[in-house]
Amino acid sequence: MTVTPTPVTAAGTVLAMRGVSKRFGAVQALKNIELDVRAGEVLALVGDNGAGKSTLVKTIAGVYTADDGSMVFDGREVRVGSPAEAQHLGIATVFQDLALCDNLDVVANLYLGRELRKGGVMDEVEMERSSWELLRQLSAKIPSVRIPVASLSGGQRQTVAIARSLLGQPKVVMLDEPTAALGVAQTAEVLNLVERLRERGLAVILISHNMADVMAVADRVAVLRLGRNNGVFTVNETKTQDIIAAITGATDNAVSERAARRTQQEGSAS
Amino acid sequence: MSTPVDGSQAKVQDTVPEALDPAALPADLQDERLIASHGVSGAISAFTSRLRSGDLGSVPVVIGLIIIWAVFQIANSSFLSSRNLVNLTLQTTSVGVIAIGIVLVLLLGEIDLSVGSVSGLSAAVLGVTFVNEGWPLVVSLLAGIVLGLVIGLFYGALYTRFGVPSFVITLAGLLGFLGLQLLVLGKEGSLNLPFDSAIVKFATQSFLSPAIAYGLVVVMVALYTLSRLRGRAQRLSAGLSAAPTSMIGLKAGALAVVLFVPVAVLNGDRGVSSMFLLFVALVVATDFAIRRTRWGRSVVAVGGNVEAARRAGINVRMIYLSVFAACSTFAAVGGLLAAGRLVAVNQSSGGADTNLNAIAAAVIGGTSLFGGRGSAYSALLGALVIMSISNGLALLSLDSSVRYMVTAGVLLIAVTIDSLSRRSRQAHGRA
Repeated sequence: MTVTPTPVTAAGTVLAMRGVSKRFGAVQALKNIELDVRAGEVLALVGDNGAGKSTLVKTIAGVYTADDGSMVFDGREVRVGSPAEAQHLGIATVFQDLALCDNLDVVANLYLGRELRKGGVMDEVEMERSSWELLRQLSAKIPSVRIPVASLSGGQRQTVAIARSLLGQPKVVMLDEPTAALGVAQTAEVLNLVERLRERGLAVILISHNMADVMAVADRVAVLRLGRNNGVFTVNETKTQDIIAAITGATDNAVSERAARRTQQEGSAS
Repeated sequence: MSTPVDGSQAKVQDTVPEALDPAALPADLQDERLIASHGVSGAISAFTSRLRSGDLGSVPVVIGLIIIWAVFQIANSSFLSSRNLVNLTLQTTSVGVIAIGIVLVLLLGEIDLSVGSVSGLSAAVLGVTFVNEGWPLVVSLLAGIVLGLVIGLFYGALYTRFGVPSFVITLAGLLGFLGLQLLVLGKEGSLNLPFDSAIVKFATQSFLSPAIAYGLVVVMVALYTLSRLRGRAQRLSAGLSAAPTSMIGLKAGALAVVLFVPVAVLNGDRGVSSMFLLFVALVVATDFAIRRTRWGRSVVAVGGNVEAARRAGINVRMIYLSVFAACSTFAAVGGLLAAGRLVAVNQSSGGADTNLNAIAAAVIGGTSLFGGRGSAYSALLGALVIMSISNGLALLSLDSSVRYMVTAGVLLIAVTIDSLSRRSRQAHGRA
C-alpha cells in the first residue's frame, strides 16, 4: 500500500520531492519528505495540525527554501528561490487567504500582474473576452466579471483565485484548503472545479482537513505526520479509517474509537 | 456568434433579443442572475442603484460645488461673473496640480503631508537660481521639478526600505523642507520674479483665443466619441455587450455641454488660461494612467490589497517609489506655477494652507482616504470647491478666520461621506 520512494521518477510524474528537510530553529518541520505528483491526478496532502503540510506547500511554492533534498520538475532537478520562479516553472499555488483585491473587478483580479496590452494600454476587451472563455471552460458560475470581487460569494472568490492560477498555463496546481469556510453547495462546486483541473491534465495537490472532500476527489492521499512521510494511499483501495490512522499515528485513536463505538451502537440497536 | 464590427450594422445588437436562448446573448450577459438593463433607461437605473449602494464617485462633490456656487452667487452677484470665474481658474491651478499627486498617494492608502513645503522649496529654488544666479529659466524650472522628483524618491526609499509610515516620513519632510526653503531664500527671504519672464507671463497673462478654445472643445468631444465608438465596435466583435450608440451620443452631448458652457463663460472675460489648460491636461493624463495603464492598475491593486498585489508579481516597491516620486513632482510643479502667478517667491510660499488645501481637495473630490479608490478628476473638482470657498469669502470681504472654518466644515463633510459610503459599499458588496 505504501509507495516506497524511488530515486528515479516514475512515468507521468510532473513534480517529485526527494528527501526534503526544513528546520525552523530547533524545530524539524520537515524531515526527508518524499512526494510524487503525476499529471492528471489529484493528490491530497493530509495531516494533523503541525504535520508540516503548509511548510511543504510553501517549500514547493518557493516561499521557503528547503535546507536539504531536491525537487525534480518535469524530469529536471530545479531550485526554486521565489514564488515568481515557481510560477514561471509552472507551479501555481492558491493560498488559503486567496489574495484577491476586493476593490478590483474579476477581470482585473484574474489578470493582475500580467495584464494584456495593446500599444502600451491595457486591452480590456481581450481580457474580458478571455476571462469569460476561461470561466466557461471551468463551468464557473460568476454572474458578471465587471463587478468588484468583494461582492462575490466565498465559492465564487475561490473560483476566481483558481481560475487566476490557471492563466499562467501551470502544470501543477496547489490548492490550500480550498473548501474551508465554504457551504455545502459551494464546496461541491469547488470540488467539481478540482475535477475539471484533473481533466485538463494538470497535477493537482489538494491540502484539506476534510476527509469527505479528500475521499470524494483525490486519486491518492499522501499523509504527513510530525514532519515525516506517513504513507501514500490509493483512495479506491483504502478506507477512510486507515488514512485517519496514518494521520494520527495510531489505530486506536480518538476518531476511530468514536467510529467503532457508533457502529457498535448501531449494531446493537438493530 | 457573428458580430459585425461596423458600428452602423451592429445596431441589431443594441437591444438584447427577448428569446432566452443564452447563445444569442453577449458573453457577459448570459448569467440568468444578472439584472438586465438596456438602453438609456437601463443605464439610468443602473446608475441610481450604484448610488444607493454607496458607490458615489464624484456625485457628492458636484452637488456640493453647485450648492457653494449658488450660495455665493446669492450673496454676491459678481461671484459667477466671467471675470471672477477666470480668477477662480487661475487660483485653482496650483493647488489642483498638487492635489493630483495627493490623489495618487491616497490611492495607495498613503499620505504626503509635505507637499506644501516641497512646493515652497521648488519655488525658492526657482527664485534663487533664476533671479539671483541668473540661470536660464528652463534650467531653473527643471531644477525645481527634479528636486521634487528626488524628494519623492527619497520618501519612497525610506518607506520601502525601512517601513517607516508615510505619515511620519512626510511630517518630517514638512518641517525639514520648510527649513531648507528658508535656508535657500537666505536673509532677505523674498524674491520678485521679473514680470516679463516666461513663467510669469504663462501663469498670469497667457489665455487661449476664443477660436482655439472652442476648437479644443470640438476636438475633445470628437476624440471622446470616436474612442467610445471604437471601444464599442471592439466589444461587439469580441462577443461582449456594448453600450448602445444612443447612449454614447447622449454622453458625448453631455460632455460637449460640460466643456462648451464654461469655455463660453470664460471667453466673456480673458478666456481659458493656458495654465488652467495645463492643469486639466495633467488631470486627463493622470486619469488615463490610472485607468488604462498597467502601472495605474498596479497602484489601485496595491491600495486595495498589498499582499495580493505582491503575490500577483507586481513590483510593489517600484509602485511605492514611483507614486511618492510623482506626488512630490506634482507638488514641485504646483509650487512653480504658484510662484509664477504670484510673481514672487518668499518665506510663506507653499506655506500656510497650501498643504491642507491640496489634501482636502483630493478628499473632497471623492478620493478615499482608505486607499484603492479614487480618480484624478477629484483633484480638479476638489480644488474648485476649495478655491471657490476661498474666492467667494474674499469677495464677501470675510477674512481667513471664516475661510478656515468653512473649509474645515466642507472637509469634515467630505470625509464623513467617504466613511459612510465605504460602509454602505461593504454592506452592498461593492467595497
